[in-house]
Amino acid sequence: MSEIRTLIVDDSSVMRKIVERSLRQAGLDPLVVHEAGSGTEGLDVLKSKQVDLILSDINMPSMDGLEFLRQLREQNLAPGVPVVMITTESSEEHVKQAILAGAQGYIRKPFTAEQVKERVLPLLHAA
Amino acid sequence: MTVSLRESVQLVSDPRNLDASVEEVFHLMLGVDCRREPAPAVIEPESVTAVVGFGGLLSGACVFKSGSTAAMKIAAHMTGMEFEEVDDTVKDGIGEICNMLAGSWKGKVPDLAANCGLSVPAVITGRDYNLHVQAPEFRLNHAYRFEDASFEVTIICDKLQ
Repeated sequence: MSEIRTLIVDDSSVMRKIVERSLRQAGLDPLVVHEAGSGTEGLDVLKSKQVDLILSDINMPSMDGLEFLRQLREQNLAPGVPVVMITTESSEEHVKQAILAGAQGYIRKPFTAEQVKERVLPLLHAA
Repeated sequence: MTVSLRESVQLVSDPRNLDASVEEVFHLMLGVDCRREPAPAVIEPESVTAVVGFGGLLSGACVFKSGSTAAMKIAAHMTGMEFEEVDDTVKDGIGEICNMLAGSWKGKVPDLAANCGLSVPAVITGRDYNLHVQAPEFRLNHAYRFEDASFEVTIICDKLQ
């Protein structure tokens, strides 16, 4: 598999590390990880870096994950790149909001590496 | 249709939901098995408390509290790092644990999951402090242990609509 460039957006540095570890456990290797602590930082990263996959939390201060997703589409950053939301919010309504905003996948916290693999690999193969 | 949780108070306050959430979060994120303790948790004076607020049909908070040693142990399991003090990474990890506990707990009741939002976590460290809520609608306070670390989780429901 060629290098997989990933952007992980989460205000928690611990969660960013856990998501990265789960991606590696899911067999995504070699993996290049860019990190952002907010939606705003995530948009800045995407202005200078190309990525193959974006994973974003929803509940973040300053710019939340849904607004990040809307801005991403509005500014036409990372077109065609799959976005997976990783969040504690799990209701149908939250999933619907994320899909309407342009997410291709949804992972509920807490999660296992196996769940990350199940959600992420098909998106990477389809992209 | 207007949704109300007033008729579901028994379901919302079911103590088994809290136990299931704690077991799920610790098993999936730390790879450890937690067990509920019958006695209150013994928490050293230097402690770490994380609070995630609920808003919407239920207002209140999910509160996680442990001693500093247990907090560092939890963060070590989450990150694979060792800690000698409660630094920003430990606080961040405990805030996330509380966030996942709050999300998992409200996710057990579909109407609650859909009509109750979560705040970002706040973390308090120090000694000799108490969190006081006047006349809550209901309160669940459970102690848990994994390995030699103990902690407590409290769900405070201030108002139910």
